[in-house]
Amino acid sequence: MNYLIIIQLLGGLFLLEGVFMLPALGFAVYYGEASAIQGLAWTIAIVLLLGGVTLALSRKAKHRFYAREGFVTVALAWISLSVLGALPFYISGEIPSFVDCIFETVSGFTTTGASILTDIEGMSRGLLYWRSFTHWLGGMGMLVFLLAILPNTRDSGYSLHLLRAESPGPAVTKLTPKIHKTATILYGIYIVMTAICFCFLFFGGMPFFDSLCITFGTAGTGGFGILGDSMASYTTYQQTVCTVFMFLFGVNFSLYYLLLLREFAAALLGEELRLYCGIMGGAILLITVNSIHCFESVGQALHHVAFTVSSIMTTTGFTTVDYTQWPQLSQTLLLTLMVAGACAGSTGGGIKVVRLLILFKSLTSELKKLLRPRSVQVVEMDKQVLEDSVVRGVNVYIVAYGALCVLSYILICSDGFSMETNLSAVLACLNNIGPGLGAVGPTGSYAGYSVGSKLVLTMDMLLGRLEIFPLLLLCSPHTWRKGA
Amino acid sequence: MRIIIVGDGKVGAALTESLTKEGHDIVVIDTNRKLLEKSTEVSDILVVHGNGASMSVLKQADVGTADLLIAATSSDEINLLTCIMAKKLAKKLHTIARVRNPEYAEQLVALKDELGLSMTVNPEQAAAREAYHLIQFPSFLRRDTFARGQVAIVKLRINANSPLNGVPLSKMPEIAKVKVLICAVERGEQVYIPDGQFVLQENDDISVTASSQDLTALIKNLGLQKQKIKNAVIIGGSRIAFYLTALLMRSGIRVKIIEKDHERCLHLATLLPKAVIIEGDGSQQSILEAEGLDQADALLTFTDMDEENLIISMYGHHIGVPKVITKINRIEYVDVFKSMGVDTIISPKELCSNDVVRYVRAMQNTSGGSMIALHRIVGGKVEAMEFQAAKNTRHLEEPLEKLALKKGILVACITHQGKTIIPRGSDCIQEGDTVILVSTEENTLLDLNNIFAD
Repeated sequence: MNYLIIIQLLGGLFLLEGVFMLPALGFAVYYGEASAIQGLAWTIAIVLLLGGVTLALSRKAKHRFYAREGFVTVALAWISLSVLGALPFYISGEIPSFVDCIFETVSGFTTTGASILTDIEGMSRGLLYWRSFTHWLGGMGMLVFLLAILPNTRDSGYSLHLLRAESPGPAVTKLTPKIHKTATILYGIYIVMTAICFCFLFFGGMPFFDSLCITFGTAGTGGFGILGDSMASYTTYQQTVCTVFMFLFGVNFSLYYLLLLREFAAALLGEELRLYCGIMGGAILLITVNSIHCFESVGQALHHVAFTVSSIMTTTGFTTVDYTQWPQLSQTLLLTLMVAGACAGSTGGGIKVVRLLILFKSLTSELKKLLRPRSVQVVEMDKQVLEDSVVRGVNVYIVAYGALCVLSYILICSDGFSMETNLSAVLACLNNIGPGLGAVGPTGSYAGYSVGSKLVLTMDMLLGRLEIFPLLLLCSPHTWRKGA
Repeated sequence: MRIIIVGDGKVGAALTESLTKEGHDIVVIDTNRKLLEKSTEVSDILVVHGNGASMSVLKQADVGTADLLIAATSSDEINLLTCIMAKKLAKKLHTIARVRNPEYAEQLVALKDELGLSMTVNPEQAAAREAYHLIQFPSFLRRDTFARGQVAIVKLRINANSPLNGVPLSKMPEIAKVKVLICAVERGEQVYIPDGQFVLQENDDISVTASSQDLTALIKNLGLQKQKIKNAVIIGGSRIAFYLTALLMRSGIRVKIIEKDHERCLHLATLLPKAVIIEGDGSQQSILEAEGLDQADALLTFTDMDEENLIISMYGHHIGVPKVITKINRIEYVDVFKSMGVDTIISPKELCSNDVVRYVRAMQNTSGGSMIALHRIVGGKVEAMEFQAAKNTRHLEEPLEKLALKKGILVACITHQGKTIIPRGSDCIQEGDTVILVSTEENTLLDLNNIFAD
């Protein structure tokens, strides 16, 4: 294991985090919030100092970097960034329990949006800004950002391992030969789309600060609101803008690149996108029909159901209405959508539509194989034969995912909540959605859980965002064994 | 630049490595997924799976936006077809094909224009030429020629009883008695671009620039004379063996080739009627003994296996063959081989990648003195380059001692109107001169103007 290069990359990330906290400090100063200024200023000092020291210590790092270093770096980066990112909440005293601070920050970085806060309006604006901005950073990933801004080193063998470990989906697609350029393009698209979303909201009459925070929540598909009722008190127009943009941020970003290259057919006719749209459209229709009696008019029903489905499927977690009041079928469908998640290579979480697609295809080919044992089957997607390793990777992922669900469910079920609450809490955290059903629904919060359960759910959020393996590998003794 | 490399074999991989290091965008096409996967792990590249000669695959690799395509699969025919196809899809594309079948060698000149090829590379032929150079001067571990053969950079080892052992470089001219310049010293795994105070030690490998006419005198004055090579034994009847034998026979050296494969032996016997072709396993000591290896002046190991070449070379060294030349493809282990006495090494893929890198740098060259030759004189660490000074080269006619050159760059030689000058501080570069530079690998030089620090 090449510890020095890992430390070096972490140092770079700490510096970045410190820099990214500066706007939050700016807001705190602007609104004159003493506690937030204290929390943010101290944290920035600590983070920058730590970054500087680690960088100085690891100056002589050699560039040997393999898959193992990639996984460990990504896992350690997310854990340490979360702990450091939690400091402003703790130092300012606005969230007294440190575990709660960690829960809130991890929820931010993993773009979950699950909150332990019961009085959001009581928080200072500087901290609210930082809380929402973690969504934006976590959506595309801090390491990808680092790859985009690092000088284009000529022996950058490590970049692929980092990208592979951090970006969601069964296989990374490089858009260009150089990872550095790929990362730059991805962040370019991300920043431009974020800016457009902000303009739509701001010029649609939303206050500046609200537009900013809601945009970050939408772009990262996170879902932290800055009001107690999430999105309910905004206008229908503003809610519709969010519906559309949540959907857009749930699409694989490489498709936008194809659009930029004017390869419209390749971009728009991909199987994943068609299935993603199909599932979303179908769910909106079914739930609207099922829950139409809860609304005043068909238009109202369609609007709120579309918002909720878009929010849940892209794993954002904004809400306009309390969907726990809807009929059982609607709620069950929403729970299923949570598991499905968004597209690979987007900012969304969940299992990812493409994995379901591959799973379904390999299932049908297995079935055919049972009928005709001598037939040769290949799994195809977008007219390309899928490699065995990808199909196997998806199968293993689903198994690990199921096992984690069950394990976390058992670990948190002694807190006295209903089965529905516990199950949806695990699913909402593991899939990075935020609100679940029952006590953790849109009107509730995770504040009622015990410290142990909060830690379990925190781990679930990280596992979900990093797609399980980096964190599992971090805990595996094989990773740390010397020379093996 | 965006470069497409078709074929991810030994040569393809070597090209990928050196061209990514130069900072280019590389797309690799191959039919073997496993190889491609391995390449993405090692280098920052894009890969496309499929047959490079097919139009759809080339389109997938976005041949339209590429600047250069290099076809380096194991089949000459596919390489040519790939280049034709790519040229059809993108008119302005430069194409380089690897063509190595001796039977095509003659028609290559005609084909090149016909097919619009920018260059053809033949790693085996290049390796044979290199070996031939070394056999002409067996005292050197390496010999690279510049300025149409007038200047050479030669590598030699300092022995315990060498007159240079323990001598500072400033004393070198007195001992060598000819004008030479030491441009690089390898000590263990370190490489130095030395100055006058540098003291040489036993087992240092030094690279020396000298006029080709002075080489004989240099050998004599440094006490490096070796017997002239009159006969050579080649193990392995590969393509290099064929090319080299043809060259050696022309200069009157007797050649014996030992090859396992019967068909191959027959083929060689027809092509090279004057050479002695022996059918047998050259890695067996009994056969080597029977064929009188101990009497040979030179041993060249050219089988397809690095390991066999190494073992046979070590054996040759052991029984005292004066000159042993080894073909090795995995050059990353060169330092280890040196410690075992295997000191003269030839790597076809490395030679080929040098040629391509030179071509690529020339393509990028904006003007101001273009690159004529590129040799990697020490592994991948030190390069020697030949440039032609043009009208817009900066600092012409200014004495070298007044110029600020980038770190790690040495002007090793200037040829002015056919005259070789080993430069001192008072010499200067003039328009039309051929300038030979030695540089560490951190500097990627495209143009003569790149050497100046300002």
